[in-house]
Amino acid sequence: MTYPENFRYTKEHEWVRAEGDVGVVGITHHAQEELGDIVYVDLPKIGAQIEQGKSLGSVESVKAVSDIYSPVSGEIVAVNENLGSSPEKLNQDPHGAAWLVKIRMSAPDQWKSLLSAADYQAYVGAES
Amino acid sequence: MAQCVSLKRTPLHGVHLSMGARMVDFGGWDMPVQYSGIVEEHLAVRKAVGLFDVSHMGEIEVRGPEALRLVDHVTTNAASKLCVGQAQYSGLLYDHGGFVDDILVHKVTGDEFFLCVNASNQEKDFEHIQALNSFDARVEFASDRYSQIAVQGPFALRTLQKLTAADLNAIQYYWFVDGTVSDTEARIARTGYTGEDGFEIYISPGEAARVWNELLDAGREFGIKPCGLGARNTLRLEAKMALYGHEIHASITPYEAELGWIVKLDKGEFVGRAALAKQKAEGVRRKLVGFEMRGRGIGRDGYEVRVDGVPAGWVTSGSPAPSLNRNIGLCYLPVSEARPGRKMEVMVRNLPVEAEIVATPFYKRAKIA
Repeated sequence: MTYPENFRYTKEHEWVRAEGDVGVVGITHHAQEELGDIVYVDLPKIGAQIEQGKSLGSVESVKAVSDIYSPVSGEIVAVNENLGSSPEKLNQDPHGAAWLVKIRMSAPDQWKSLLSAADYQAYVGAES
Repeated sequence: MAQCVSLKRTPLHGVHLSMGARMVDFGGWDMPVQYSGIVEEHLAVRKAVGLFDVSHMGEIEVRGPEALRLVDHVTTNAASKLCVGQAQYSGLLYDHGGFVDDILVHKVTGDEFFLCVNASNQEKDFEHIQALNSFDARVEFASDRYSQIAVQGPFALRTLQKLTAADLNAIQYYWFVDGTVSDTEARIARTGYTGEDGFEIYISPGEAARVWNELLDAGREFGIKPCGLGARNTLRLEAKMALYGHEIHASITPYEAELGWIVKLDKGEFVGRAALAKQKAEGVRRKLVGFEMRGRGIGRDGYEVRVDGVPAGWVTSGSPAPSLNRNIGLCYLPVSEARPGRKMEVMVRNLPVEAEIVATPFYKRAKIA
């Protein structure tokens, strides 16, 4: 698996991609693989204030439920509504169509301190 | 994942890794939780055939002139009713009536019994039985001498039949034969933990990898899939088979777990009998029931159950049911509330979600023709 170079990653297996001051957030390929068949995705409402490292929702698979920790702080400006009816998309395209939320970042440089693609790749390589 | 404690491995560990299985710590064992995906593996077992490494399970052998007396003394079911070649689901209890473990008792000969016990309980079970052995019998911890592979599903028989001269059709449900599989000695039992037809075979650990691969080849034309413990759990849950540590443990009796059918009070004295007789006379206060989620959410192990807004019990197991497209679970509730149709709520991460008690098992296979 190659992880996109323009994303930054957390050790909790979320990714963020900056579009100006908006961060698009998702979970990684590694995360969806670990979770297995995903059946529910619970996301916050638009307008919610989210802090870096705090739970912004959860992903539930057949075997377990896991929190999603926000990679950045800010306000939720978009939520991927498609995941409500098609949670399995998160297994199929976690780095693309199955993004979770968009956050207007309150600290636009915050994401830069997260793991690079190479660092994340090395991290999950070592973990598994 | 921290690797502070070294996890135990089955002889098939390397095979699982090379086949790309996702491994987890299961009671101290590094076991495959899934290969291709829990749902896909689950459905393969329901519609075709699945292969499970269950070598982590323990084996205890009881031999000697009074082997039957010892087995009958430590178990709840009537071992004396077994014929040679027959297996029986049974309970190993404490004096107070709670479970030490749930086990399978196989009668090998008139003075030899073969017990299959849960992986995480095997040392405890052995010591428990040993401590109660005031009979002319020898108890041997035999787990190191056996690997166990489960072949489960409607095409299990045709898969396994390719590798054995034993007439598998002639083995009835919960009977077994000693024969060979892939030219190695094997105990072949028509038992399982999936709610599907199938076999559990006990072989020498040194032969496990070869037999595993030959079974995969034999089942290829039927769509066989290697399966992990994730699918094993969803399959057993749909069939309402108890899992030690969830539905049953030291504080739960067979009557509470709706396993009264494995208790034979009339067979004579056995460990736990007095407590069970008393509970039977007084009636149980709580019992295990099945439920289906009506609201959005999954009631999982340990979640609180409320009836009319009041805390009333707890979930022991819960999961999406891949064969049924519903979210199901098992929970303990007061007997007064434990009836199908009763509405209840499961506290899913601090939010009440509607559920309803339903009849079980959730899934029942069509009878073997």
